[in-house]
Amino acid sequence: MIPLALEEVSFTYPSGVTALREISLTVAPGESVALIGQNGSGKTTLARHLNGLLQPSSGRVMIGDWDTRQHTVAKLAARVGYVFQHPEHQIFKRSVQDEVAFGPRNLGFAPARVAQLVEQALQATQLSTVADQHPHDLLPALRKRVALASVLAMDTPVVVLDEPTTGQDAQGVRAIGEIVERVRAGGRTIITISHDIDFCADHCSRLIVLGGGRVLLDGPRETVFAHGDILEQTAVEPPQLVRLAQRLRLPLAWEPQPLLAALEQSQRQR
Amino acid sequence: MIQLRNVSYTYPEATTPALNGISLDIAAGEVCAVIGPNGAGKSTLCYTIAGFAPYHFRGELTGEVVVDGRRTVEHPLGELVKHCGLVFHNPLNQISGARYTVREEPAFGLENLGMPRPYMQARVNDVLELLGIAALAERSPFELSGGQQQRVALASILVMGPRVLLLDEPTSQLDPHGTKEVFAAIKALSQTGVTVVLIEHKPELVAEFADRVIVLHGGQVQLDGAPRAVLADPRLPPLGVSVARYTQLAHTARERGLWPAQAPLPVTLDETVAGFELPSINPSSSRPAHGSGQ
Repeated sequence: MIPLALEEVSFTYPSGVTALREISLTVAPGESVALIGQNGSGKTTLARHLNGLLQPSSGRVMIGDWDTRQHTVAKLAARVGYVFQHPEHQIFKRSVQDEVAFGPRNLGFAPARVAQLVEQALQATQLSTVADQHPHDLLPALRKRVALASVLAMDTPVVVLDEPTTGQDAQGVRAIGEIVERVRAGGRTIITISHDIDFCADHCSRLIVLGGGRVLLDGPRETVFAHGDILEQTAVEPPQLVRLAQRLRLPLAWEPQPLLAALEQSQRQR
Repeated sequence: MIQLRNVSYTYPEATTPALNGISLDIAAGEVCAVIGPNGAGKSTLCYTIAGFAPYHFRGELTGEVVVDGRRTVEHPLGELVKHCGLVFHNPLNQISGARYTVREEPAFGLENLGMPRPYMQARVNDVLELLGIAALAERSPFELSGGQQQRVALASILVMGPRVLLLDEPTSQLDPHGTKEVFAAIKALSQTGVTVVLIEHKPELVAEFADRVIVLHGGQVQLDGAPRAVLADPRLPPLGVSVARYTQLAHTARERGLWPAQAPLPVTLDETVAGFELPSINPSSSRPAHGSGQ
């Protein structure tokens, strides 16, 4: 299990657009962190620094004791698994089984270990029944879970999910939420990029809010959701129940039970 | 504007139909949201209205699909796309890859129709403005964020001025601010008579922007009605469709006597706030729990 550290990281694309401005933060092993913020705030750019797809223009990114500038993307893949937003960007094998096995095989795991990791990943993503199908014959929502399974099977200490819930129905969102919980319970670090703030509130105990390439807020949910003014700057709407609690002038809550208790109390007082 | 009469469609090599006996009438200017679990037939319904099924996907279509007075099977796809625009779920399936700037992308469709240059320039500027991406006009479509690409894809369809707009989760990668901008633009178009069929997973958006909600499951229409009725329907969760969290909360609150027993469940945040703010909640309360969330 390894920590992550960004040290005064700035990044400017070749086109001249500066996407990250002096970002410093650390993530401890076993944390479940959400990166939130408006389109173009730097979420994906930041995440792509974690597996070396992008190198900082200045500053450095440490994955445990590795400086990403000194290691190849292929080598960093053993530490940071990255699930892309569009599964088409990573899927290329002829069966779901092969696709999911590619990563752990490539990392040089023994065949028995590969088989075990593949089975676990397929089970977690509820794909065991389609293991023999061609990934491109699956519905887009399932194809997205194939991409997720293929990264889970690499058993990396860090997993990055870019917009994991888009296109997923209620059951799919639940399945992905359970995966996040399980990965984190196993002591691995999970970083979720998402506009689905309700999903983030359910499954990420720390929220990092980006705006204009800077960290605007970084903390536990109750702290971040209390800063409605800052969230608004970067087009983040608090979760549905937080907004309801705020409108009703009740204590901040993103889960139904505390909100119902507060409602009960306030109605008793009337 | 759109009529489906007992429409069934089966993809090539599939054993079960993706659409199974669907009959629907969608009026001009209506914003009709289509919801349902993955595999329900939502995208296929859009492909069928657009004529992509069976033209592009082949497979077997039975029943009758009539769009803007044209039976889809009697007109070539090249003719149908002039009236009916389809925006795919993944913007990268839409963006041509043949153009270097955001400005040229919507112009591509107009060039293919042989439009005069000044007309194209004016149309493109209007659409980029409408969707809030005018500032990106000189950027490459491939250097944009997913949410920005979604707006470019939508622009490339809107610029053609279709009478029918089929949208497959058009804002799934957009932040709440961009989402509201795009939905406001879609709503404004519908008020000019454009008919919109919209696949959308977020009940909050459907409640705010749709005139009508159709729930698909197993290729069949399970529920069809006004958002207020459909989005609070207790049959939704068993159909694999999530309801808004405040709707769910009000449901639990009602069981505990914290929400007026005879009041309908709320489908917008405003309605929820109004319901809970009623001065007293007891069975004799006659005030309806409706808010101002229109």
